[in-house]
Amino acid sequence: MRKKSAFVTAAIVIAVATLTNCSKMLPKMIDPNYGVCGPVSLSSAQSVLFAQGNDQFFAIRTASTGLGPYFVSTGCGECHSSDNRGHPFTMLTRFGQTDSTGNTFLAKGGPQLQNACLPGFTSQQIPDGASSSKFIAPITAGVGFLELIPDSAILAMAAANVNNPDGVRGHPNYSSIPPYVTPFANAIPRADGKYICRFGRKAATYDLLQQVATAYNHDMGITSTFMPFNPYNYLDQTAPSSPSIPDVDNTTLNSVVFYVRCLQTPNQRNANDPTVMNGNQVFVNLGCETCHKQTLTTGYSPIDGLSYQTISPFTDLLVHDMGQGLDDGYTEGNAKTSEWRTAPLWGLGLAAGVQGGSYYLLHDGRAHSIEQAIQMHGGEAAESVTRFNSLSPGDRNALLTFLKSL
Amino acid sequence: MKIRLLFTSLCMSLASFLHANAQIDSSLLKNGTKDTAKNALTMDAIYSRPFLKTGKFPVSIGGYIESNWQYTGTSGISVGNQFQFRRFSLFVASSITSKIKFLSEIEYENDPTGDPADAKSGGRFEIEYAALDIELHPLLNIRGGMIVNPIGAFNQNHDGPKWEFTDRPIAMTQMLPDTWSNTGFGIYGKEYTGKWMFGYEFYLTGGLNDSIIDNAAGKTFLPAANANPSRFTSSASGAPMYTGKLSLRNTKVGELGLSFMSDIYNTWAVEGAPVDDKRVAQVYDIDFNTTLPWLRTNIITECAWVYVQMPPNYTQQYANKQFGGFIDIVQPVFRGRVFGWDHATINLAVRGEYVDWNVGNFAATGAKMYNDLWSIMPAISFRPTPQTVVRFNYRRQMQRDITGNTIGAALGLTEGYSLGISTYF
Repeated sequence: MRKKSAFVTAAIVIAVATLTNCSKMLPKMIDPNYGVCGPVSLSSAQSVLFAQGNDQFFAIRTASTGLGPYFVSTGCGECHSSDNRGHPFTMLTRFGQTDSTGNTFLAKGGPQLQNACLPGFTSQQIPDGASSSKFIAPITAGVGFLELIPDSAILAMAAANVNNPDGVRGHPNYSSIPPYVTPFANAIPRADGKYICRFGRKAATYDLLQQVATAYNHDMGITSTFMPFNPYNYLDQTAPSSPSIPDVDNTTLNSVVFYVRCLQTPNQRNANDPTVMNGNQVFVNLGCETCHKQTLTTGYSPIDGLSYQTISPFTDLLVHDMGQGLDDGYTEGNAKTSEWRTAPLWGLGLAAGVQGGSYYLLHDGRAHSIEQAIQMHGGEAAESVTRFNSLSPGDRNALLTFLKSL
Repeated sequence: MKIRLLFTSLCMSLASFLHANAQIDSSLLKNGTKDTAKNALTMDAIYSRPFLKTGKFPVSIGGYIESNWQYTGTSGISVGNQFQFRRFSLFVASSITSKIKFLSEIEYENDPTGDPADAKSGGRFEIEYAALDIELHPLLNIRGGMIVNPIGAFNQNHDGPKWEFTDRPIAMTQMLPDTWSNTGFGIYGKEYTGKWMFGYEFYLTGGLNDSIIDNAAGKTFLPAANANPSRFTSSASGAPMYTGKLSLRNTKVGELGLSFMSDIYNTWAVEGAPVDDKRVAQVYDIDFNTTLPWLRTNIITECAWVYVQMPPNYTQQYANKQFGGFIDIVQPVFRGRVFGWDHATINLAVRGEYVDWNVGNFAATGAKMYNDLWSIMPAISFRPTPQTVVRFNYRRQMQRDITGNTIGAALGLTEGYSLGISTYF
């Protein structure tokens, strides 16, 4: 009897101990330095909205929830895995524009090729005579901070390029903005009514609302009040004659905008490591920092965590001539076909982790290592690449270690 | 709603039936106890359940429940304590004549498919099985009605009280669509010769639909077809689904099952006019179970391959090939009298699982697609009787998305504990 009582007591004690302490025995949170998920500091109400946006960002769209019939991907999270860079399997293709006069293939499905379609529909094709370029999804984390960089700061960075001895001549991409977009309070438009745009590989998108509404429409074939027409395939002759009932409501779409706006910036790792610090100096010495600006400061935001913050995105939000090697013959806004927005480098060291262990860098993932990406730079970056190629093994290693720490 | 009404009225009539008999003489209710751990063949599992009978009344009833507490966390994020009422099943069997039998199973199940879209609708009542069996010869029986397709052993033999784990095998429930039942007809038969038993089943039923490659789970997901509200009345393709199984058992070695399922899953014609190509989904499954004689160690394993023809120019997110399986090893460590139960058993068990939701390589890069998981789940269970189990499980699971990324919702390392009860009644 005593044995049985002892057994029962021990079993109860073990059960209670397990039930009350099981949270301590579960996997720990990932070190935020090694992931790019998570919001900036938010109020309770903002956290609720962020969580709603998070759900919608990673929700999979189906035919019954508006997907297609022509699309590239089935959800935001499919391209922006863990809010980081995309993978070539969700790469998209844009076509039909070669200069600042605009896209001449809008009637044939431009500017974006929806390379996937629902069963029964015909795959879209790039029309004869249209030049094109493939784009891999850029990093999402930190875009809310980039949205808050004042136009004046962008113009100042452009002005500083005027006498650059390496021939760096970055400039803002001025473009028309759609009617549903409200210009920033501190916007500095050009005399022709065009605004400084900053998002996308060609910096042709004005703000995150435009980015999200366009992604829903062009990437998933989902209509909204902002973009009420489905993408269509001119080969199928199924062009809609009037706006459809929105597939996604404004509440949902705005929650996604809020979600991406509030994403935290990627953190640098091992910033105080001597090799990393040396690599940072090499980065500056090579002239990389002329375009990949280490430090920018945001303007005002009603979200405290975004307001007047100093960030390290390693971009100047300007477009630069990258030479013939990266000239695909396609462009957006007033950028030339060889001009690309300086890609933010934050989160670069984490990219391989979300790209299947390999790097797919530059606008179409053609570079499979950081070294390869550097060496594929041309045009305004040619001088820096020449210096990179002359680096001692130690300095080269330090530079790469630094870049992988971002 | 109709199913709820049907279920409610069935429960009420059964309750009144039991009550009426109990008032006369409670001993009329005989417990047709079965040791549910000992099945002749897996295909017999549907009838190999304990039923309550009243004298010579030709109707017997039974059922089971499953309920558990769970605490899991993935990469530091947990939703805390979860109390889950997984299932309540009610069986009604009737011997119309010695060679004509009817059995039905009505089930309440929470989140039966694991599909995020389906989960939001909450639990649901469903007629899982309602079929008439007519025996012409032991090797030739006709079965028709709502049947459980014999794809794999677990789909046929999934009652909660039979298992030492609170969760069903992931490959069998989220890659295969367990429990997968459909309206249809077919034949089955068995033959016994000495140590050997042989069984076969072959059915034509309703089938899958386009949702298996267009669903909120974002992957080729056969269970999505379970959510099709019209699947018991109309077939998406107009073609029958073929399901067949061969079983061979040697009393000393164990039982081997080979099964397949094939279906044109898509709606390829609208009002008679072709709008798409016909596309086929096929499943191949192999299962094996045995009990090692010296240690009484029970081993159950099953693995399956899913092949789905995809539309041209569709996203590779949806796989044309999947593979998954599990192995359970159950070791009784104590048999005897515990707390007044004469035949109580304590088991130690472990389950290993693996699922690759997307077998193959990216067309864009040639690199491997991941979207896979593996899991190991040690368990301890206490069975006061063979029909009732109290089980405690620990799960350690790793999951990657299609690119191999382990950071994100439900990705990375998951660990958790669950304590559950399940019993036939």
